[in-house]
Amino acid sequence: MRDSKLFKIALLIGLVIGVQALTSVTGTQYYLTQLTMSAYYALLVIGLAVVMGYAGQISLGHAGFFAIGGYLSAALTTHNLVGLQANPVIHGLGNLGMLVSGQDIYGEPLLVVAPWAACIIAVSMAAMIALAIGIPVLKLKGHYLAMATLGFGIIIYRIGLATEYFGEADGISEVPGFTLFPAIGSLGPISVSGDFGLRVENYYVAWGLLVMGLWLLLNLIDSRVGRALRAIHGSEEAAEAVGINTAGFKLKVFVLSAVYAAFAGVFLTHYNGGIGPSEASVMKSVRYVALVAVGGMANVWGTLVMGVGLSFLSLRGVFGTYDDAVFGAILIVVMLFAPDGILSMNVRALFGGRRTTDEHR
Amino acid sequence: MTQALFFQYLFAGISYGVIYAIVAIGFNIIYNTTGIINFAQGEFVMLGGMISISLLHYFPLPVAIALAVVITMLVGALIEIIFIRWLDSPSVLRMIIITIGLSILIREVALHIWGESIRSLPYFIGNELTTVSIGPVRISPQVFWVVGVCGIMVLGLSLFFKMTSVGREMRACSANRTAAILCGINTRNMVTLSFMLSAGIGALAGCVMSPITYTQYDCGTSLAIKGFTVAILGGLGNSMGAVAAGILLGIIEAYSVAFVPLAFQDAISITILLIILFVRPHGIFGSSAAARLKEF
Repeated sequence: MRDSKLFKIALLIGLVIGVQALTSVTGTQYYLTQLTMSAYYALLVIGLAVVMGYAGQISLGHAGFFAIGGYLSAALTTHNLVGLQANPVIHGLGNLGMLVSGQDIYGEPLLVVAPWAACIIAVSMAAMIALAIGIPVLKLKGHYLAMATLGFGIIIYRIGLATEYFGEADGISEVPGFTLFPAIGSLGPISVSGDFGLRVENYYVAWGLLVMGLWLLLNLIDSRVGRALRAIHGSEEAAEAVGINTAGFKLKVFVLSAVYAAFAGVFLTHYNGGIGPSEASVMKSVRYVALVAVGGMANVWGTLVMGVGLSFLSLRGVFGTYDDAVFGAILIVVMLFAPDGILSMNVRALFGGRRTTDEHR
Repeated sequence: MTQALFFQYLFAGISYGVIYAIVAIGFNIIYNTTGIINFAQGEFVMLGGMISISLLHYFPLPVAIALAVVITMLVGALIEIIFIRWLDSPSVLRMIIITIGLSILIREVALHIWGESIRSLPYFIGNELTTVSIGPVRISPQVFWVVGVCGIMVLGLSLFFKMTSVGREMRACSANRTAAILCGINTRNMVTLSFMLSAGIGALAGCVMSPITYTQYDCGTSLAIKGFTVAILGGLGNSMGAVAAGILLGIIEAYSVAFVPLAFQDAISITILLIILFVRPHGIFGSSAAARLKEF
């Protein structure tokens, strides 16, 4: 089992490198932009897959966590704090080395939070909000849970849309790049930004992050936690009876998936150089649920494949003005005909129906 | 706040509130017969408004509205027959996702038919400047149309469920499905009927509210959320509770305009929804024991 997991990950890494090599050989490097963005969306979606597939909890508010990550890091790294230098909090941040000063395009002094510090603040904020929301919300079931998470997503959307700090309907633009590693010797700095010259390294940063996230989740699923989650999905009462702290496990996975979403938000915002309220909209949350559903719920690999594939097609504009309609149709068709996901259907057909759906759980 | 303004807000709140109540009753009708929350409920309201506006080019207003209601009922029946009827005891998660998918599809179809423009029916009597004075308060006659039509709908529905044999069969279906089948009731048809009924009342509400609130292809989502809030607030399945809760939510929203920015108006009802879900999921008017009995 362990070997096959390592083999699959090695295969994925090989594929990632292969695709990059292929695009540079064929001169189609413009595909890398969408592949990079797809990787970040896939990072969010595999986290959600564990919440939905393994813990059995629907979340219609994950775009909210993505937006918390993206908006906070965008706002912190963009808004000028020069006027607030006397403020003790800002002063303290400066002493901790968390602020960067510079000049804006007009030569005026500029003081903003460093991207790495903003990233930590944004992700921990998302984790804390997930914790605070998760404790009451995860007690709910079925329709109530769906509506409560949907409501949470809409509140985040409204806050982004109505707060001047977050740019209202325009969102935040001109977000600076996020330098992960400074320049060492002849090697240039590795930075998450929309700079065309950095397209290849950004592609590897995104996919590196995705593979790391995947590796962590796969280990989690094969661990005691994963077995506990499967037990919860099977029957919560039975799991409770054998001594599993069901509420605790559900909460941990929910917070973990929120952290994944926030990381995706932070990185994609730096990569795009901005974020707008549409990233927090209900349709985005529904789209993530659609990607998890089409990937087969409790199937992280399937979700990864579908998440990257469909996000890529959508970002390339293949679906045109029917973009949202396609995802709505996917939801319906998958849930009507293949509740275990498209991929599990193909596998069963290929192997003559020997594999049962239970093996995918 | 002056006294006149106070009453002005009150009437605005009531007219919005009865709309929310109708959406909530739409949720209740389907929930009672199937145990499903139909996330596409708000889209029925939008369809009613949009279809009647389009038909107004060819027919006089009452005929356009009647046709719009009938067409929306057919859409509701079709949705049930195509997507839901043949599913064999699907899980709740599956039904949630399917109805969400349906709401997106309906919205996208509406977007491609009617575009993004905001439309409305004309005022039934007079125009937007016509008012009726009650003391110092000036009220648009459309408010009376909204309240009156919704009141008649609620009354008609409760009579339908109490007096007619079809209504009784639907109630039997919700009380105990197996027993209803044993009595020779075609429960599948009852489910189709419940979809038609809730589509119909949603569409009619969508028509009467259109002159005041306007209709846009995506107005269904926020209506569905508010309708759901009201349905929970009044106790899921309880239509009189829904009316009271709807008016309550409408009034709270109307007065909140004086204190918080308009952009946060949706957030208020959602906050109420979250609080009620966390604290009293069986609603303020229902007892937890009664919540388990799904009597309409």
